[in-house]
Amino acid sequence: MKIGVFVCHCGSNIEGTVDTAAVARTAMDFPSVAYAEDVMYSCSEPGQDSIINAVREKGLDGVVVASCTPRMHEPTFRRAVERAGLNRYMLEMANIREHVSWIGKDREANTNKAADLVRIAVEKLRRNRPLTPKSFDITRRVMVIGGGVAGIQAALDCADGGIEVVLVEKTSSIGGKMSKLDKTFPTVDCSSCILGPKMVDVVQHPKITLYAYAEVEEISGYVGNFDVKIRKKASYVDWSKCTGCGLCLEKCPSKKSMDYFNEGLGTAPAINIPFPQAIPKKAVIDAGFCRQFIKGKCGVCAKVCPSGAIDYSQQDEIVEEKIGAVVAATGYDLFDISKYGEYGGGRYPDVITSLQYERLLSASGPTGGHIKRPSDGKEPKTVVFVQCVGSRDKSVDRPYCSGFCCMYTAKQAILTKDHIPDSQSYVFYMDIRAPGKLYDEFTRRAMEEYGARYVRGRVAMIYPKGDKWVVRGADTLMGTQMEVEADLVVLAAGAEAAVGSPQLAEKLRISYDKYGYFMESHPKLRPVETNTAGVYLAGCAQGPKDIPQSVGQGSAAAAKVLGLFSKEKLESDPQISQVNLTRCVGCGKCEITCPFGAIHMIDFRGQPKAEVIETVCQGCGICTVTCPQGAVQLEHFTDNQILAEVEALCQF
Amino acid sequence: MHMSELSFAYYPGCSGLGTSKEYERSTRAVCKALFVKLVDVPDWSCCGSTPAHTVDHVLSAALSARNLAKVEAMSHETVLTPCPSCLTNLRTANHRMEKPEFRERANKLLDAPFKGAVEAKSILQALREDVGLKMIAASTIKPLKGLKVAPYYGCIMNRPPELMKFDDSENPMAMDDILTAMGAEVVPFPLKTECCGGSFGVARRDVVAELSGRLLSVAKRAGAEAMVTACPLCQMNLDLRQGQAASAKQETFDFPVFYFTQLMGLALGVSEAELGFDKLCVSPGRVLDAIAAAGRVAERESTPGSQA
Repeated sequence: MKIGVFVCHCGSNIEGTVDTAAVARTAMDFPSVAYAEDVMYSCSEPGQDSIINAVREKGLDGVVVASCTPRMHEPTFRRAVERAGLNRYMLEMANIREHVSWIGKDREANTNKAADLVRIAVEKLRRNRPLTPKSFDITRRVMVIGGGVAGIQAALDCADGGIEVVLVEKTSSIGGKMSKLDKTFPTVDCSSCILGPKMVDVVQHPKITLYAYAEVEEISGYVGNFDVKIRKKASYVDWSKCTGCGLCLEKCPSKKSMDYFNEGLGTAPAINIPFPQAIPKKAVIDAGFCRQFIKGKCGVCAKVCPSGAIDYSQQDEIVEEKIGAVVAATGYDLFDISKYGEYGGGRYPDVITSLQYERLLSASGPTGGHIKRPSDGKEPKTVVFVQCVGSRDKSVDRPYCSGFCCMYTAKQAILTKDHIPDSQSYVFYMDIRAPGKLYDEFTRRAMEEYGARYVRGRVAMIYPKGDKWVVRGADTLMGTQMEVEADLVVLAAGAEAAVGSPQLAEKLRISYDKYGYFMESHPKLRPVETNTAGVYLAGCAQGPKDIPQSVGQGSAAAAKVLGLFSKEKLESDPQISQVNLTRCVGCGKCEITCPFGAIHMIDFRGQPKAEVIETVCQGCGICTVTCPQGAVQLEHFTDNQILAEVEALCQF
Repeated sequence: MHMSELSFAYYPGCSGLGTSKEYERSTRAVCKALFVKLVDVPDWSCCGSTPAHTVDHVLSAALSARNLAKVEAMSHETVLTPCPSCLTNLRTANHRMEKPEFRERANKLLDAPFKGAVEAKSILQALREDVGLKMIAASTIKPLKGLKVAPYYGCIMNRPPELMKFDDSENPMAMDDILTAMGAEVVPFPLKTECCGGSFGVARRDVVAELSGRLLSVAKRAGAEAMVTACPLCQMNLDLRQGQAASAKQETFDFPVFYFTQLMGLALGVSEAELGFDKLCVSPGRVLDAIAAAGRVAERESTPGSQA
């Protein structure tokens, strides 16, 4: 076997602390190495060409590239060796950047370690064999989880592209947070006017199946062929009969249910349709407040319903769907403002969240679009906005910027002046973050045209004084303390990962960060992909975003799904387990330990043997370490290959 | 009544021998009534107070650590003090001395080194957490019926939260809960942890008058008849300097300012003389009379046959 070794400088990234030429010279002494050189940028076109030329000219059978992590460029170099005429699995990488040059400054020690890593790679490569992927059919259907604006966009784009879409929404209506907003920045156009038609498109699209008031229960399978179980939660209303007439809402004698859509401002009937433009416009009973469920008698809604849709005996139902890809667009939730004890959110009725304020501004809100403060229903004349409540504050474990609060606060200040011309708004801010098209102009308008007084500084505390709320803060530009006697205080609550995000991530087998946001595959270059093939991200589930960004990501995720489904068949990774039937004693241990259910027992000439289901196996290797006989081997990572690596390292 | 086995080392602090004698005496009386044994730290000395730590952290830590080492020698793990300022110094010394290098420097100044096995706690925390509301409510003989109070915790009883590790640092509830359990009506007082002016009373009387004045003014508007504190300095600013605060605010207050232990003692049936009400500057007479009157009414109502 003839092996070529290519040691990359990566500019100065590696060469700065590793003598790459010396590593190449050392590599020439390793067994089977027929050629070695150092390359400035091995991933660049000339770098790849030098690999291809060397393979052809020297007649190499395998290539070792000593450069960065294989997570970065393994696909690149696999394609390069394939272009040179080799099997793509006749490549090994030695990670001398992340594992060597970036973590140590001692050039001599680094050079020695780099040479050791190359030796390991060479010894493994000597035992590699060409592998060929198999192809399999795909189910050209996508499941979008979350019916906010990002999920809606992804669903519509996929459906318009000709793909069947299953849209799963946790609440009883799609629309998400955007449906709760009054107006949108920077154009101050009505949120429900621009979102409403999209919501209608969803429900009317022949390619979209909508499961509202439903959650993903379980997901199994792999890219191209997922099986999902969806739990349709009991609404106690037969939606096939419900016409959304709303008669039950009027007649329901229990009006004390939490009004989730209005963010807890006011109460709702125990049977409810959250808002007039709800899609689907179907009623749901809140069993925690319904007299039929609490006291065992009432039945008013059942009596008045003209279509006989009420069904108190309804149970949760599990439906199964086969899909080929997933878009996770589960959005965000608001930071709990009561965590700032000094602001009194949750204790003081007139200290509210920005989203509650949206509901006060909205014509479909609890006050009919007239700003009335919760405590006494009076129209506030002095409104104080406090920014960064649950953003950019390490003390509440929210060090990140939520990104959209500066903009919606400016919008709310403008709308306040529109609604109440003789009002005065104050905005306490840390920095104004308005880096978008027409965004900075918009915040300037709030200050200059609408007279909002922007005070740069944090608010220290809020306390009641008569029927006013004293907001005390610092004005850091003036170097003074400042007190405002406000009628209403609006806290710009930051964004948090939606409740239940980590649990969903685990079902989808995707990563999430310490705050619960889903992890993209690469923060710059693969922003809507995850590290699980076939699972894509859109909107705030990945991190806080405003509407344009969320919509953009919804379309981006749809493009990824359409790209995936444009292939005739998908290739399976050949790095999977294989059973050596002559060694297998049929003990079945591998079947028990396999986390993916990829191994089953078969009868082979009257004897039990293990068999790997190739399309299900993920190549994790758990079965190989379980097998007492060494009968299961993971292709490309056999026991012999790993032992050869260890031996290469431990020879001294 | 069952005998509690609670026993703590006790560090009274210098104020307890002077300006806050009534806090100290009522603390001992309350603990006795609730079967909490306080064992005085022998030969205790000043914690260093504000002056020491403004000058030198090591010296300040050494002053506190001298006392902590004495607690260690008593084989007690916890030392209680009524004074939040002492508490801050004791806990800060403990915290700083977790660093070996700092510990070595501070211990060099001491005859007997402090090893770090002592926790300092406030009397308030011990009463709230170790004794507990159940025991306090069960031991209440004369409920504080009809008394509207504004509990005031001061800036440092709960803060910084990482150091003090007790109660909500912005909206503490320990005194609220104790006084409610003893029958008092606690008014919602939003400035629980706002500064009273602290030791500025010496250097800048106007600052204290303004800040304490605001506390009194807000408490009055909240409907309180008295304020309740857990800090000698707060109590002094609000009580002794109430006249200055009143002229700064152009308001009249006439607002008795109790230590919470005084009111607890009253409810537990401790004699008024033992609780040092005579040490208060603003006379508590009116408020105490009202409690007593409410008590008599309650007694009459609960006596069988009195309805007839």
